[in-house]
Amino acid sequence: MSAPSLSKSNLPRWLAPLILLGIAYGVVPFAGGSYLFEAILTPFLILSLAGVGLNLLTGYAGQLSLGSAAFMAVGAFGAFNFNLRIQGLPIPVSIVLAGVSAALLGVAFGLPSLRLKGFYLAISTLAAQFFVQWVLTKFGWFSNNSPSGVIDAPALQVLGIHFDGPVGRYLFALTVVVVLTALVARLVKTRTGHQFIAVRDHELAARVIGVPVFRTKLLAAAISSFIIGVAGALWAFAYLRTVEVAGFNLDRSFQIVFLIIIGGLASIRGAFFGAALIVVFPLLLSRLGAFLLGGVFNSGVLEMSQHIFLGALIIAFLIAEPKGLVALWDRLTARAAALFLSQTRKANTDIVP
Amino acid sequence: MTEEILSAPGFRVHGTPNILEAPPKAISASAIPLRTSPRPEILRLEEITLSFSGVIALKDVSLDIRRGEIRSIIGPNGAGKSSLINLISGIYRPSRGRIYLNGRKFRRVPTHRLARLGVARTFQNLALFGGLSVLDNIKLARGIHRRATLVEELSGLGRARREEADALARAGSLIDFLGLGSVRDRLAGSLPYGMQKRVELARALAAEPAMLLLDEPMAGMTPADKQTMAESIRTIRAEFGTAVVLIEHDIGMVMELSDRIAVLDYGRKIADGTPAEIRTDPRVIEAYTGVVHEESEPEDLR
Ligand SMILES: Nc1ncnc2c1ncn2[C@@H]1O[C@H](COP(=O)(O)OP(=O)(O)O)[C@@H](O)[C@H]1O
Ligand SMILES: [Mg+2]
Repeated sequence: MSAPSLSKSNLPRWLAPLILLGIAYGVVPFAGGSYLFEAILTPFLILSLAGVGLNLLTGYAGQLSLGSAAFMAVGAFGAFNFNLRIQGLPIPVSIVLAGVSAALLGVAFGLPSLRLKGFYLAISTLAAQFFVQWVLTKFGWFSNNSPSGVIDAPALQVLGIHFDGPVGRYLFALTVVVVLTALVARLVKTRTGHQFIAVRDHELAARVIGVPVFRTKLLAAAISSFIIGVAGALWAFAYLRTVEVAGFNLDRSFQIVFLIIIGGLASIRGAFFGAALIVVFPLLLSRLGAFLLGGVFNSGVLEMSQHIFLGALIIAFLIAEPKGLVALWDRLTARAAALFLSQTRKANTDIVP
Repeated sequence: MTEEILSAPGFRVHGTPNILEAPPKAISASAIPLRTSPRPEILRLEEITLSFSGVIALKDVSLDIRRGEIRSIIGPNGAGKSSLINLISGIYRPSRGRIYLNGRKFRRVPTHRLARLGVARTFQNLALFGGLSVLDNIKLARGIHRRATLVEELSGLGRARREEADALARAGSLIDFLGLGSVRDRLAGSLPYGMQKRVELARALAAEPAMLLLDEPMAGMTPADKQTMAESIRTIRAEFGTAVVLIEHDIGMVMELSDRIAVLDYGRKIADGTPAEIRTDPRVIEAYTGVVHEESEPEDLR
């Protein structure tokens, strides 16, 4: 969009991501305690990735999915089983294969998009959610017949490098997230990415100009599910360090939908903005609640107030800023930049006699 | 103009055996002998009937489109003009009748292959990809010429790079041609109405179609913009030899632009011929004014 961002347009587009990368790799690992990594940064990164994946399907290709957590579960259990059952398979390969499994399932559940649209298609993605949860609970094989259904994830190790401890797991997740996000950022600028948007904005016109509509929808479902699947594998391996169905329920699916709505649909940055809010918000709320209300603010109250606040937030965003935090951010930074620029200009004219 | 010779009604639907079943046509009775051999035919519709659960949108309509002609379709609202274009582009399937496109017979034109068959269209209501820039809207319609795989696209090398350059060049020249340079990188959805109409035309031209179907491309435009659009249509025909099927309510504009005009009324074709013939056709005048009246000239319908 042609925002009046004077100073921003003078900077190369890759500068901001590069600076962020430098901070994420070079500063953050030495900065905080394990709480920062385990409770905030790692889940933030992984949820961001899931958001990026869902945004591809929902934001760019226009197909709402309420089954994201199912694809995360496939990724988590897939990675676990590939790793368990194929001796010597490197962890990254297990994760990629898990992503491919999620992609195949995504295509299978994307098939109804040939006929179904909008609300009905969204409902059919709910089927994926319940189907996967049921299969993974019903068949003990997937959790290696563990009686509790909860299994330990293998340690993260690539080419002899161990990603141990909070910082190691953070770096592992960070690397996967960076690579996949970069690919998606590139994808949405290619013809294929434009085809996603075309199918979303006007399916008939897209068909008329020769866009293979059905194939495009399936491709969006496949790539999206792959990414969400990888996010699921990371969730289990790098964040929880256990593999269990419980965390991949409908609540999680909705969480990812809310995250991209709050962050900004059809925006890669939006997924990160939304994930940041989703992760940080409950922490802030519990601190604030404990501070204001003391002992009354127990975990039950916390959870309830989270739901209430989050619900209110989503409605507020849908009404006041449907383009999400990203649009808000862009407006604010543009205004700040304009202000800064006018200040420096004034300073300059002051100096010149 | 040679087009007027070509557009003589003598060689149209008359080849079809069941022409007598078609509604009586005032003009087609007077067969004008051909003076030159006709241009090759791109499209022929034979006795097309189209109905929507009882509502008859088109009834026994026969029509031919020849290479490089500007062929207008006029008629009151609800006459079936858009339905005709939707039928040619395969969005509707005829209840009866045959469609020949480039000599090939279709029961229903496959919409997803329309661009490859050399047909492009615009829509009566705007149908741009609002979330893409003007440039990307146009480039995307160049897609039928592209072969690169997703991996090649992601890397931006080899075939993908050549194809991207081709799409960019084609889109760039269309942007210049239609005066869209100042909004090249704007989101198509953010443009004013008349501008969006032009972007849609540019998008339709990107694949270099042999036939262009324009459903009210000038609707809602200022007279000046209409003139520009008319000029663009003339240039398109002159430079690319594109056949243009034009639906337009401004009769003056239609008379000025067209080689041949078909008139629809309540789903039937009531007249077909050169502007001069249509102008004086009593059935046309009746359909437009409700009475047959010597002096009455059809004017803007709306
Ligand atoms: N998809 C459709 N479903 C039902 N009726 C339709 C449809 N499309 C067109 N019609 C009907 O067909 C007739 C012709 O419509 P249309 O082709 O849009 O007319 P025009 O473009 O000449 O104004 C109208 O009566 C219209 O209601
Ligand atoms: Mg119409």
